Amino acid sequence: MALTENQGDERIHVPPSAGMPVLHKVIFLVLLAFLMVLPFMVYPVFAMKVMCFALFAAAFNLLLGFGGLLSFGHAAFFGTASYVAAHAAKVWGLTPELAVLAGTGAAALLGLAIGALAVRRQGIYFAMVTLAFAQMVYFFALQTEFTGGEDGIQSVPRGDLFGLISLQDNIALYFFVLAVTFGGVLFLYRITHSPFGQVLKAIRENEARAISLGYNVNRYKLLVFVLSATFAGLAGATKSQVFQLASLTDVHWSMSGEVVLMTLLGGMGTIFGPLVGAAVIVTMQNYLATFGAWVTVIQGVIFVLSVLLFREGIVGVISRRFKRPL
Amino acid sequence: MGQLFLGLINGSFYAVLSLGLAVIFGLLNIINFAHGALYMMGAFIGWMLLNYAGIGYWPALILSPLIVGGFGILLERTMLSRLYHLDHLYGLLLTFGLALIIQGLFRNYYGISGMSYQIPAALSGGQNLGFMFLPNYRAWVVLASVVVCFGTWFMIERTRLGAYLRAATENPVLVGAFGINVPLMITLTYGFGVALAAFAGVLAAPIYSVNPNMGADLIIVVFAVVVIGGMGSIMGAILTGFGLGLVEGLARVFYPEGSAVVIFVIMAIVLMIKPEGLFGRAV
Amino acid sequence: MIKRLATCTTALALIAGAPTLALADIDVKLGVLNDRSGVYADIAGEGSVIAARMAVEDFDAAGKGLNVEVISADHQNKPDVGSNIVRQWLDQEGVTAIVDVPTSSVALAVAQIVADANKIFLASGPGSTALTREQCAPTTIHWTYDTAALANGTGKAVTDAGGKKWFFLTADYAFGHSLEENTTKVVEANGGEVVGSVNVPFPATDFSSFLLQAQGSGADVIGLANAGGDTINAIKQAAEFGVTQAGQKLAGLLIFINDVHALGPQTAQGLQLTSAFYWDTDDATRAWTERFEKERGAKPSMITAGVYSSVLHYLAAVEATGSTDGDKVAAWMKANPFEDALLGKGYVRGDGRGIHDMYLYEVKSPDESTGEWDLFKKISTIPGEEAFLPMLPECDFTKS
Repeated sequence: MALTENQGDERIHVPPSAGMPVLHKVIFLVLLAFLMVLPFMVYPVFAMKVMCFALFAAAFNLLLGFGGLLSFGHAAFFGTASYVAAHAAKVWGLTPELAVLAGTGAAALLGLAIGALAVRRQGIYFAMVTLAFAQMVYFFALQTEFTGGEDGIQSVPRGDLFGLISLQDNIALYFFVLAVTFGGVLFLYRITHSPFGQVLKAIRENEARAISLGYNVNRYKLLVFVLSATFAGLAGATKSQVFQLASLTDVHWSMSGEVVLMTLLGGMGTIFGPLVGAAVIVTMQNYLATFGAWVTVIQGVIFVLSVLLFREGIVGVISRRFKRPL
Repeated sequence: MGQLFLGLINGSFYAVLSLGLAVIFGLLNIINFAHGALYMMGAFIGWMLLNYAGIGYWPALILSPLIVGGFGILLERTMLSRLYHLDHLYGLLLTFGLALIIQGLFRNYYGISGMSYQIPAALSGGQNLGFMFLPNYRAWVVLASVVVCFGTWFMIERTRLGAYLRAATENPVLVGAFGINVPLMITLTYGFGVALAAFAGVLAAPIYSVNPNMGADLIIVVFAVVVIGGMGSIMGAILTGFGLGLVEGLARVFYPEGSAVVIFVIMAIVLMIKPEGLFGRAV
Repeated sequence: MIKRLATCTTALALIAGAPTLALADIDVKLGVLNDRSGVYADIAGEGSVIAARMAVEDFDAAGKGLNVEVISADHQNKPDVGSNIVRQWLDQEGVTAIVDVPTSSVALAVAQIVADANKIFLASGPGSTALTREQCAPTTIHWTYDTAALANGTGKAVTDAGGKKWFFLTADYAFGHSLEENTTKVVEANGGEVVGSVNVPFPATDFSSFLLQAQGSGADVIGLANAGGDTINAIKQAAEFGVTQAGQKLAGLLIFINDVHALGPQTAQGLQLTSAFYWDTDDATRAWTERFEKERGAKPSMITAGVYSSVLHYLAAVEATGSTDGDKVAAWMKANPFEDALLGKGYVRGDGRGIHDMYLYEVKSPDESTGEWDLFKKISTIPGEEAFLPMLPECDFTKS
């Protein structure tokens, strides 16, 4: 049932009471330090894009890697939040943090609605059901007025954080995005290492056993689905503030495919894998933009190679090498 | 009345495609995400045969599915067969990647505007049925898909070969012990399912423009059809395909704005009432 | 007054600039941003890059002290990808003008960024009228066409020719609705009426049931308020269902020569459409097309022709002002008319709208067509002043 191949070994098992292992603490701190100086080395907007997608992939990974559920419709949450946040900032004139919250809330509600239906099915059916719902959301976004159809919502103002700090400057915005996404990733980490995460794992490994132990499996699945949708929404809402726009791209099914690819490439079920995967894919899209249609082909090839030869993903391989959960 | 008939025509594409998916799923337990791409490939190969080799529509109707079927067999042998011992979701991911590659390649070489493919001379023109003008070609599409669908159903449900197939689905080890080459059967099944997609592609070529994206949008609708019908039965896939074509046809008249989502709405309702699908067995 | 001021500054710049030009070359970097993999890859794509290079060559930029470089990228029709590339180009690569940008959603995002950076946006590819209206910007030069001009040209001509009763097949999203709305106004202003319309979900492959509704409406003309693959499919299926044979006419409101080429004259014959450019117009366009075709392997669309034309005018502005400053260059481009081999004579209005003649064409029948690309015959010329929407006063950047 579980997607990770060596589900038997306990490589990502961390006792919930132990707090954060030193290794993870060090990695998070190094990562944070690196991200602090990053905007002065590369183009800040690009770095922000990577961070938004890293959070998106991490949220997706919560569902796939830890919940064992493959959703092919996560763009629905990402995109809906992006639209709502853009609308909130532009039309309602909300400050960035409130706009992001509004978007995230919308994604959570949508996650609840779709999740309630989708968790009735498993495996491949689950994937197709989420895909179909995401497609409905896509058509909705295309046809309703407030999304601006294929033009999307353009020129979203960057606004003042808490009504005080102007985010016009790329660097100021960068640190806002850093705080949101890094906080989000840490929170997701916390969830997976909580008792709740342990139950999820039990369900993933052996659903029948979890049921016989008295767990309401569907309720756990729904909860993890909603959490994943919420954080995907947080990523999408943040992205709309960075690019000052929300568009159909964010809700299209190819976006759902991309986030699967990021997670798969980085290593599903790992902590840092989705972050690595997102960084690799976004960088690739950025630098291969001149190759036009070949980007799609290259993504496809990566997909195929990851599935055939490289199922543990980049971080998964490293993690096995060092015999440490990463 | 005329609108219902048009719905039936669309339904025939849904039926042939969801049938292919159902056949593949039945034996391989893989959702073939590349189905839409292979449908597109079928149409393109029909076009190529005509433009590079001067081979017309009728031979292409046979040749193109054979070529695509062969290609499918190649994919199954070299890639899919490595995944059978893993979770089925890997099959979905692999075929998704394949779909990206196939669509990307065709887009690179043939652009996006699409190619035109003329309706074969024997089927051009149409009949005035009083309530509507029915192009001969559309009538042929319905006829051809009905024949293919029921032929497939007959083969699987009523012949010895089909009995082996169904048995292998239930218990591959046991069937293997009886001396039947199960892996070969799996390979051929995949080839056959894919050939069905290509067949639908060639059928579609003269009425829709032959372009690299033609399968991408269709496949998601077909997935919904499959979820509604349930994966259990061949007949279920066929009937749901035709039936949903009709429903969509009606929606186009009474509420055109919603016609693109009507199938997804039905899917949501079916999931609430009968999660295993209309004709499905519980999974 | 303003115009005089603009010419004054231009003259000053000319006088002041002339000696310095000889000393130091001006670096000009053209960023051609368009769709190289999706729906607009054929009408723009690599063709626009080639057209931009040809303009640089024909202008003899090197001989005039301009050091021009052309770079390009694929925006994949995604506004976020496009705006990211443009920001990077402007902030880091020293791009002085963004060229082409089909797909309105991307173009609208780009226009704002370019204005903030005070560079120039030569928009040949996008069709949205918002570029010079709701979202007008001082540095946006909307060169080749817009949806209103196409709707206007086709709508008026078809109604005048006796197509009084219209039925619309409308792609059900903002673009489709605005196209329908624009055309409806024109049709009604010219004594026609709209007898019905149906909103078709986008994208659609099967139009048969909508065509049947159109057929039943008793309209003379079926207006196709859609684009790209949708238009192609609708036209193809209209032929199949005998809609055109039965006497109803089709009017394509946004259709390019590459679409007609994909359909072939057999299917598309009789279709009327508006365009800013057709390759087989005169000796000059044929000669240019021959050069273009050697590199591209296909005939140019009006978008590629527009890229050539707009880059020429831009380079002239940079040479004259001795600057790549967005406001200065835009002011010069608006103050001075242009003339080139492809779009003929024209000028740029205060809101950045390029004004030039548009033409109404009809697709030839297979008997009339002598070659694969021999597709259009000209019906009439629509003078620039009539073709485009009037300027909104608040968007006139030459005043204020």
